Amino acid sequence: MRVPTRIRRWFVWSVGLAAALLPVAPAAAGPSTRPPPPPIYVEECGSCHVAYPARFLGASSWSAVLAGLEAHFGVDASVDPQVLAALRAHLETAARSRETAADGTPLLRITETAWFRHEHPRPSSSVWQHPEVKSPANCGACHRQAEVGDYGERSLRMPKKGEAK
Amino acid sequence: MKRVLFACAGLALVAAAAGAEQPADFQAAFAAEAQRSAPAFSGFSAARGEALFGATHGRDWSCASCHGEDPRAVGEHVVTGKRIAPLAPAANPERFTRPDKVEKWFKRNCNDVLGRLCTAQEKGDLLAWLMSLGG
Repeated sequence: MRVPTRIRRWFVWSVGLAAALLPVAPAAAGPSTRPPPPPIYVEECGSCHVAYPARFLGASSWSAVLAGLEAHFGVDASVDPQVLAALRAHLETAARSRETAADGTPLLRITETAWFRHEHPRPSSSVWQHPEVKSPANCGACHRQAEVGDYGERSLRMPKKGEAK
Repeated sequence: MKRVLFACAGLALVAAAAGAEQPADFQAAFAAEAQRSAPAFSGFSAARGEALFGATHGRDWSCASCHGEDPRAVGEHVVTGKRIAPLAPAANPERFTRPDKVEKWFKRNCNDVLGRLCTAQEKGDLLAWLMSLGG
């Protein structure tokens, strides 16, 4: 039996297109496919600010952050040694694969990393100072799913000018 | 009947050992500690606790900076804007139930607000005020 050329061509195109799209599909699902951080990390590092995903900083940066928890950006964020070991285990394994450093010194502030500055070229200081944003540390003000580790464009919504609580 | 009572008592002990404490248990522990460090200890005062909570102690922040002026309401971290669950046990039954958490946060936040650790008297006064607040 001969299959007409038009149908054969259509078949080849569809299979080809499906094959090309397949590997993209899971990646497009984005952050939701990542395993959630361990509960101890969320409890210990998610009380004063959102539990920043480990992938936001390189391992050396996290190590430097953990070394200074007694004076953590102006507050005492100390934890007992057992908790510290658990936090270290998570952050070391899930850290960004590329180091986040400047001039060889690990950066401590996520907002100072090259990737963050690249991703946030537009928000001017006026956005950071919006009463609902307060600070660039408040990811959830715009990234509405930040609490569950989703920083994708789909859940991004800037607060309106003058938007009140 | 006796056997049932023993079983209940046993369960209660296990629950206590597992850290499922109540605010009053912490209050009793603070009182014992205050008594040890100051034999003249004459109990806790909700009024002193309220004053402690609202004062900046000559520094930048008070407890209310993050917990809000009404500890029965949701607070907001003064720097990051993060939501902070109510501190008063009547509004948040999880508060003052876990010794490790209570110890950790008193250490951190007293250092942040007062620049030193709080005394048992201060912790007891604060808890007396928080416990006096209804839902």
